[in-house]
Amino acid sequence: MARSATTPKVELRGVRKQFGRKVVLDGIDLTLDAGQSLVVIGGSGTGKSVMIKCVLGILRPDSGRIFVDGQEVTHLHGRAREAVLKKFGMLFQGSALFDSLPVWENVAFGLIQGHGVPRRKARDIAIEKLAKVGLGPDVAMLSPAELSGGMQKRVGLARAIAADPQIIFFDEPTTGLDPIMADVINGLIVSTVKDLGVSTLSITHDMASARKISSRIAMLYKGKIIWDGPTADIDNSGNPYVDQFIHGRAEGPIKMEVRR
Amino acid sequence: MNILRAIGHVVLVFFRATGSLAVFAADAVSACVRPPIYWLLIVRQMMRIGYFSLPVVGLTAFFTGGVLALQIFIGSSRYGAETFVPQIVVLGITRELGPVIAGLMVAGRVAAAIAAEIGTMRVTEQIDALTTLSTNPVKYLVVPRLLAAVISMPILVAIADSIGVLGGYVVATESLNFNGTVYLRNTANFVTNQDVTSGLIKAAVFGFIIALMGCYHGFNSRGGAQGVGTATTNAVVSASILILAANYILTSVIFPH
Ligand SMILES: Nc1ncnc2c1ncn2[C@@H]1O[C@H](COP(=O)(O)OP(=O)(O)OP(=O)(O)O)[C@@H](O)[C@H]1O
Ligand SMILES: [Mg+2]
Repeated sequence: MARSATTPKVELRGVRKQFGRKVVLDGIDLTLDAGQSLVVIGGSGTGKSVMIKCVLGILRPDSGRIFVDGQEVTHLHGRAREAVLKKFGMLFQGSALFDSLPVWENVAFGLIQGHGVPRRKARDIAIEKLAKVGLGPDVAMLSPAELSGGMQKRVGLARAIAADPQIIFFDEPTTGLDPIMADVINGLIVSTVKDLGVSTLSITHDMASARKISSRIAMLYKGKIIWDGPTADIDNSGNPYVDQFIHGRAEGPIKMEVRR
Repeated sequence: MNILRAIGHVVLVFFRATGSLAVFAADAVSACVRPPIYWLLIVRQMMRIGYFSLPVVGLTAFFTGGVLALQIFIGSSRYGAETFVPQIVVLGITRELGPVIAGLMVAGRVAAAIAAEIGTMRVTEQIDALTTLSTNPVKYLVVPRLLAAVISMPILVAIADSIGVLGGYVVATESLNFNGTVYLRNTANFVTNQDVTSGLIKAAVFGFIIALMGCYHGFNSRGGAQGVGTATTNAVVSASILILAANYILTSVIFPH
């Protein structure tokens, strides 16, 4: 397939996913261009995490197609899938650290297993990446269970960026961090995009973080992308759903299904 | 009508479960022969599965050998055939009780531990994280446990056999008035290679069953702590039942009458 400068890094076309009779993704169309940092916003349970899991092949979409660098990856598995995944870094919403391994080995895991870097060298890289997320070398020897939730998140971040991937997915990178550390992480995401030219797709509820790290914002609602535009336009989207979401209002077109 | 539907449902569920287990097993076995193989992990799992099971397997084998000698003595004395105690003890231990008792004990210990560990990794998305780090979870998690169990179980059973015979010896000489030298000579003269190897083959199969059940139920666990608990129970129960069923099949294949 011809690769031009305009080939998006990741493209979703009409991706649908349902669990049982519950439709979670109802035809998602979304592109992530090279060097872009896209933030996807949307209410809790709208399927943001499911969407990125479909791209990574952790979940299989029921229909629709997914492309990475112009290559269709929807039905890849085995070696071919592993090769595609080498381009990705992923921060899981719940960190998903390996609790049987010390912190440094968590961070170095992709380097050692996926890229065949010798352990000693991988360890030095891990300690360097940990420093980037504000964790000292003393943390490297601890087990993940000995860390606070926010520290685990930062280790997850260090793991996501450790192998210098081209595309990074951050599932709620600043949730559970104090405001100052959240800003440090925002800065880190911005600088990784700038320095390394990576493309990022982040999911967040934190509008301050979204504004800071993104060049584009897309909003997911009821299984579809209902708005997609430059971050600068988010305040003048003219979309009542977006307005309600970014201002955090209980009144508006989005109805929370709670009983009073 | 409702009864038919219920039966149909049960049959469908059964075949779906068997099918997915077969696919999982085939996947795991084929991963055993394709690189990469994680040698360090295999050694670590052998420690966990084999070495740390020694005390519990050794103790159960000792008491089993002892009680076997006692019962055979009581039973055979009705025919005045007491002298056959050493022969029957060693036959029973090497052919059946050694592998089965060790298999059941290890199923309780190890299948549960494997299911709990892998199940927790499943519900906390650690298995998904492995995938995103370009590591095949079957190769990284399942293969080392399978190989370690298949290698450790025969070693464990060989030790259990010796301890079981020792248990019989202790009971026979201490409370049944057997002469120690004669007891041992009768044991050694009677036991054949086939008795021992049949038990070791069974042990390897049981090791496979134990690790497979632990991994399969762990991999398929759903929904938090409760799901992991269910997976653990199912792993132990299914491993135990399969061990007993496989034992019958193996006995009838190895010793056709
Ligand atoms: N493996 C699964 N099996 C069944 N249902 C699932 C599964 N994963 C997700 N869901 C359902 O899909 C819906 C979307 O989940 P998802 O985790 O993507 O939400 P989200 O947008 O990331 O929410 P949050 O912002 O709270 O993280 C939820 O209703 C959830 O119940
Ligand atoms: Mg989520």
